[in-house]
Amino acid sequence: MAKIVGAITTSHVPAIGGAIAKGLQQDPYWKPFFDGFPHVREWLAKVKPDVVVLVYNDHGLNFFLDKMPTFAVGAADSYSNADEGWGIPQTAPFKGDSELSWHLIEHLVKEDFDLVTCQEMTVDHAFTLPMALCWPDQKWPVRVVPVVVNTVQAPLPSAARCYKLGQALARAIESWPKDERVVVMGTGGLSHQLDGERAGFINKDFDEKFMASMVDDPAWATKYSTTELVELSGTQGVELLNWMVARGTLPEKVRKEHSNYHIPISNTATGLMVLEPA
Amino acid sequence: MSATSARQPVPGTVIFDGEQARKGYALNKMCYSFNDAANRKAFVADEDGYCAKFGLNAQQREAIRNRNVLQLIEAGGNAYYLAKFAGIFGLDMQDIGAQQTGLTKDQFKAKLLAARG
Repeated sequence: MAKIVGAITTSHVPAIGGAIAKGLQQDPYWKPFFDGFPHVREWLAKVKPDVVVLVYNDHGLNFFLDKMPTFAVGAADSYSNADEGWGIPQTAPFKGDSELSWHLIEHLVKEDFDLVTCQEMTVDHAFTLPMALCWPDQKWPVRVVPVVVNTVQAPLPSAARCYKLGQALARAIESWPKDERVVVMGTGGLSHQLDGERAGFINKDFDEKFMASMVDDPAWATKYSTTELVELSGTQGVELLNWMVARGTLPEKVRKEHSNYHIPISNTATGLMVLEPA
Repeated sequence: MSATSARQPVPGTVIFDGEQARKGYALNKMCYSFNDAANRKAFVADEDGYCAKFGLNAQQREAIRNRNVLQLIEAGGNAYYLAKFAGIFGLDMQDIGAQQTGLTKDQFKAKLLAARG
């Protein structure tokens, strides 16, 4: 049976792609962010995943407001990046696993998560950049399943619902009959706000509490409404919902393998965590 | 645009909800089209014609003309799609942040750094 060997949660801002393209990993501005990743790569080399299930929000590449699913799951055998409007070099395509995708879809719908299924799907920076941070040579050694959460257009799914989706996703993964190792990734956040008079809002105190809760008190953020999460973490900080899904795939007790937190890159407080089942 | 109503309880913030999504549909649809380099080029070549093609209303057209992010949000724009519009002009998120907060870019960067505490 498949096994979830751990979860990685990380920020995903587009500027990371620009920094990678320009080779700025050791530039003083970027170094505190990129220095978080060698340890992640060592961990990945150790746990050797076969599959990454990557939970993120699309920023207007695959989905527009004409059709905005609350939760969507990719069900393709390959996924490509595409131009998002900023000229960031596109990553190599990703190998999917439609059989696994449909297994997850069957299981999740049976557990009353009414998903949108996507047999064709482009993946944006929120998917590609975390992958490129984990495997800088972009020779992806894993098959992928994208899981998309609407953090764009309110009403957003609640943190509680996202956490439960993660729990159901874990049961779905663990019922996959193949003996495979799975890493779940959740991308976005942490606190930031791009829009409005409150642009530039960052809340270090909240981020620290949230990251601590990921280890010891995984349902902590579920006490907040999504509007309260916007107030506490910013209009885009609410992307932490993707972290809630990833955290939900792990048991209550976890071991923190690694974490990093840095303010700022672009307009964003960046967080990174690697968690393993305890 | 002080947002403190029951629907918009977070100060200085317009939560992009159904009302905003309906109001801003044409504007966001145009910005979404800027994923395509040919469309970015077409906009630059004929801004009036391009905006007309997407049926922007007068408020949206004015906000686009002014390259004014707060006005674009007021007109229903969503940050993720507006970012593609900003990309045409090579503006990054700190340029956008500075414009909305009335700060210089350096002042805005200093504000971000100050969040380290």
